[in-house]
Amino acid sequence: MEKFERLISTAVPLPTENIDTDQIIPARFLKATDKKGFGDNVFKDWRYHKDGSINTDFVLNNSRYSGSVLVAGNNFGCGSSREHAAWALAGYGFKVIISSFFADIFKGNALNNGILPIQVSEDYLQTLLKLITEDPDTNVDIDLQNQVLQIVGKTVVEKFEIDSYKKVCLLNGYDDIDYLLSNKDKIIAYEQEHQF
Amino acid sequence: MAKTLFDKVWDKHVVDTIHDGPQIIYIDKHLIHEVTSPQAFNELSERNIPVFRPQQIVATADHNTPTVDQHLPVKDALSRNQLKQLTENCNTNNIELYGLGHEYNGIVHVIGPELGITQPGMTIVCGDSHTSTHGAFGTIAFGIGTSQVAQVFASQCLLMNKPKKLRVNVNGKLRKGVLPKDVILYIIAKLGTNSGTGYFCEYAGNVFEEMSMEGRMTVCNMSIEMGARGGMIAPDETTFEYVKGKKFAPKDAEFDKKVAYWKTLKTDEDAVFDLEYSFEAEDIEPMITYGTNPGMGIKISEAIPSYNDASFEKSLAYMNFQKGEKLLNKPINYVFIGSCTNSRIEDFRVAASYIQGKQKAPNVNAWLVPGSQQVAKKIKEEGLDEIFTAAGFKLRQPGCSACLAMNDDKIPEGEYCVSTSNRNFEGRQGQGARTILASPLIAASTAVAGKIINVLEESSTLELV
Repeated sequence: MEKFERLISTAVPLPTENIDTDQIIPARFLKATDKKGFGDNVFKDWRYHKDGSINTDFVLNNSRYSGSVLVAGNNFGCGSSREHAAWALAGYGFKVIISSFFADIFKGNALNNGILPIQVSEDYLQTLLKLITEDPDTNVDIDLQNQVLQIVGKTVVEKFEIDSYKKVCLLNGYDDIDYLLSNKDKIIAYEQEHQF
Repeated sequence: MAKTLFDKVWDKHVVDTIHDGPQIIYIDKHLIHEVTSPQAFNELSERNIPVFRPQQIVATADHNTPTVDQHLPVKDALSRNQLKQLTENCNTNNIELYGLGHEYNGIVHVIGPELGITQPGMTIVCGDSHTSTHGAFGTIAFGIGTSQVAQVFASQCLLMNKPKKLRVNVNGKLRKGVLPKDVILYIIAKLGTNSGTGYFCEYAGNVFEEMSMEGRMTVCNMSIEMGARGGMIAPDETTFEYVKGKKFAPKDAEFDKKVAYWKTLKTDEDAVFDLEYSFEAEDIEPMITYGTNPGMGIKISEAIPSYNDASFEKSLAYMNFQKGEKLLNKPINYVFIGSCTNSRIEDFRVAASYIQGKQKAPNVNAWLVPGSQQVAKKIKEEGLDEIFTAAGFKLRQPGCSACLAMNDDKIPEGEYCVSTSNRNFEGRQGQGARTILASPLIAASTAVAGKIINVLEESSTLELV
């Protein structure tokens, strides 16, 4: 997994609430057997009309907005457990998702793919959405080591929470498999004690 | 210290606790299917890690399988490839696979319980968010991402932070015609789609105690639709009776020993939940959804609420509904009875008992998709297929089908579908399709009437359910 330490980037505003993983990557694109190529189909049915023409109203098709930070409405990533949603967002180039609330499974999937989900207060989210919508050149500075988020040029600093274990994983590019395998002895001992 | 049902099962599965971090949780059963497993197998083979406990894994093909002509090669090349990979991966790693055509094939959350793979007190995971279904047995069962599928392959464990505890109580007497699906749609409509996020939910109260196992599965299945990773119901005589005699259930003395343990899996009286809600059964009516998430539900006789909120309005625009509109008498051309929520024998019994002696409306395309080969077999044995055929319905073959429309079972753009599935997200049943979630009784009555009707007003219906 790629390391994540610090990121300064412009951001894309997507204020819609309850964005489910079916919107992030529709089920018909889940037939691949590797992790590549999902970025092309991220938010497919919001980016394109059914006839294949571009939906110019959708923010990802608006050339004013770009960057590797997505700022999204409350309850981002609800619904299906498909990790393809995280692969699609990462494939498109997003490294950080900011929202006022994340669905559990999505949050875990994001972290397991080097994407940092940052939960902020609803008030802060609305302020941030307004700022980046009005001025697409606004840069957001995300410092994982210090767990702070700052809008470049503004003095207000927003602290964010992250599980300390997951933080170590992201900073170093470790994944859970390495950790679990290093505990094989304990797992075998558990099995012997709790005969299944 | 007093413990909840969840605590008791969780604590028994803790292998180790990382200081100031997650716990290593042991997983008893791992269910896999073709869509969320291939990348996990690749991950292991790239890193040269063997599958640790293949005998604790069971595989099925369900998500993108066709529901007609299953004896023929799968037409779609990508689906066919995914199914082929599953077969190869299972063969290479000595994993039991109930593939297409196998007598045990079916939707992963239907076959686990019906084969006795699912048992009280277990931890069960699957790369599918509706794994919460198995919580009906008093198991900790939840959906995982593909990275986690790889972790369980490698170690039979997961790193997890213990979720908070939520209890939803429903007491009282359900009205006739109100089914388990209505109970859970009502709860989600009351609490919203993210109320359960970060929690594991226990359903308690006489309504769940009196429910059949299949009804409990319908309820637990949709726990994720309020954000909860899983839902559980304490095992009782109904549970033990259901498990007894199933193919992979413990037998004889071993079964009795297990039952003695399973009986201890109840929340202690003075155990404390982080959050608790209570509802009265009498308040629940048949439910339908009007929006694009499962929390946007109303009683079938009610009008769509009016909120001034951009996301709400976007949702109504997608559905082509107006604020304040009633859905009764809305013409419907598509009906789907199936999915891991409602594709078990009791669901088809309810549908058949309503349909018997009636005819499908000519405008309706109805897809009846059993959850498994075993359910399909029972439908035949009980003569329900004759009732469906006489009424102009045709049964399809088992699979996830139009619940997520990965195969050819897609609802056309702009059409409404009254569906017994679990999600009404935009495009869930096909690009531009509009899903209205409901119980099998409402789905059956819609198929017969060709429009949404209030079955509670039909006295003849109430005799049946």
